[in-house]
Amino acid sequence: MGSNSLHVLKGINFDVKEGELVSIMGSSGSGKSTLLNILGMLDEADEGSYVLDNVPIKNLNEKVAAKYRNEFLGFIFQSFNLINYKTAVDNVALPMYYKGMSRKERVEKAHHYLEKVGLADWSHHLPSELSGGQKQRVAIARALASEPKVLLADEPTGALDSKTSYEVMDLIQGINDEGKTILVVTHEDDIAQMTKRIVNLKDGIIIDDSLVEQVRAQQYV
Amino acid sequence: MFNVERWQEIFETLKKNKLRTFLTGLSVASGIFILVILLGFSSGIENGVTTEFQQDATNEIFVRTRRTTKGYKGLNPGRFIQLKDEDFALITDTYDDYLEYRTANYSIWGGQIAYKNETGNYRVQGVLPDNQFIENADIGKGRFINQSDINESKKVAVIGNKVSKDLFKDENPINKYISIFGISYKVVGVYFDPGGEREESQVYLPLTSARVAFNGGDNIRNMSFTVKMSENFDEAVELSKNVTNAIENDLKEKHIISPDDTAAVRVNNTLEEAQKIYSLIDTIKAVFWFIGIGTIIAGIVGVGNIMIIIVKERTKEIGIRKALGAVPSSIIGMILQEAIFVTMFSGLFGLIAGLALLELVGPQVDSPFIKFPQVDFGTAITTVFILVAAGAFAGFLPAYRAAKIKPIVALRDE
Repeated sequence: MGSNSLHVLKGINFDVKEGELVSIMGSSGSGKSTLLNILGMLDEADEGSYVLDNVPIKNLNEKVAAKYRNEFLGFIFQSFNLINYKTAVDNVALPMYYKGMSRKERVEKAHHYLEKVGLADWSHHLPSELSGGQKQRVAIARALASEPKVLLADEPTGALDSKTSYEVMDLIQGINDEGKTILVVTHEDDIAQMTKRIVNLKDGIIIDDSLVEQVRAQQYV
Repeated sequence: MFNVERWQEIFETLKKNKLRTFLTGLSVASGIFILVILLGFSSGIENGVTTEFQQDATNEIFVRTRRTTKGYKGLNPGRFIQLKDEDFALITDTYDDYLEYRTANYSIWGGQIAYKNETGNYRVQGVLPDNQFIENADIGKGRFINQSDINESKKVAVIGNKVSKDLFKDENPINKYISIFGISYKVVGVYFDPGGEREESQVYLPLTSARVAFNGGDNIRNMSFTVKMSENFDEAVELSKNVTNAIENDLKEKHIISPDDTAAVRVNNTLEEAQKIYSLIDTIKAVFWFIGIGTIIAGIVGVGNIMIIIVKERTKEIGIRKALGAVPSSIIGMILQEAIFVTMFSGLFGLIAGLALLELVGPQVDSPFIKFPQVDFGTAITTVFILVAAGAFAGFLPAYRAAKIKPIVALRDE
């Protein structure tokens, strides 16, 4: 984009092991979204390497990137990004459509994941009929539905009040407890404290990377 | 294209976006509908005008004579000019190369014709065999007058369909005898004429027998010819005009008539008239096509416009789909397939609605100048496909661009 080049990330080196729950923190302009985009294969780094589950991610064309996104990654966005004319269950079923699953299998699985996030009774509601917290749970169910290796959450609680935020974090912690690797981008310290490791970015470099004592969200719910 | 899952996805999208689907469909359907109606009425006018002028051959030259109105070379005005066999022979010999059909007629108005108890008054004409082609008479049953009828002055008659219906009802008139002023003639044929009932209420006899029966001697009331048509219509008109003038001059010279006496000998040619009519039809057709193509272009622009708006509106959705693993080709495919389905479906709907309206209203139209308004189905289907292809093309560019947008850009909050 644009003709001026700007180095956003200037030497990032870190590993995330399977089952980790990592938060990436930093003020705006620190490069945390760019990092997440690269991890999410929505963008590609000019230099350096990115290895996901022993698969080197490089020289991606659109088609391969789409395939990797579908197989390896689940996204959770600040603004939920549900398709507004599809019901909750259809939204959750969408990534499985791109996996090539049959409709019956998709719907069955989608129901299973909606149940997991506690929205079994809301499966046939449109996003406009759901609260913010419920929408984010649908989005989480959708991210889980493709059974990804990594969940990438970009400010998952950014649009929610604190009570709902903690409910969502409780859900994310629960998923992590089952062994799923999760990366959360946030600028809220209390949210970051609910992860197991905080990576702090500033001006494109990691200034701090430390394990923290996880605060369980359960106690605030 | 034939992926069931894809179709399910598309139907679901269409169902959930009823207004958008309806508006796209409406603009396509109304475009095709208007085009069909326009083309239908254009062909209706063409049919109507053509049949109206189809009563007789269009390349006919008709010769008849009256009294002179001017004195010339010492002869008084008011002299009746009587055409004779020798005049007919003169014309046919002189212009043999240019003439296609030729006939000399001897007619009696209001002939009393009877079959058993049924009687009626019809025009009776003694003619030559070629008259069939000059009058555009279609033989329904039996045959027309032939050369041997002429040579042997046979007492045979060919009657019009109206005469047959009036006198014979449902009976087959062939080989029955009708009497004309008390003389019996055997019916050998029944003819139809595109000119309708008026032209079908006549009776044709061989020229020779008619003259024997009605004391005609070797008199002729009028003569008709058709000129050979050349490939080029304008050339044919030119030729027809020249022959017409030449015949008029020859006859005037022979009968010693003043060259500026317009009443004594009249030679008309219908081709010049026909030319005017055909150029009028061409103009009408061109105007209708112009409007029709304009409508289609408006439809294409409308569909393209809607496609651009749809893609714009769905940018975010496209971003979501890409983040969830949709490849660009599946995005483009989805949008195009949806667009083609909607335009095709509504295009065919407009086509059928237009055809149905023409079918229903067409026969009700009671004007001699609009007949059987209908559309060539091939033309209509072609326009539907042109519209679909254009709609798809108009949709392809924005779809392609949308599929190229990075999902992260598409997902960015506005």
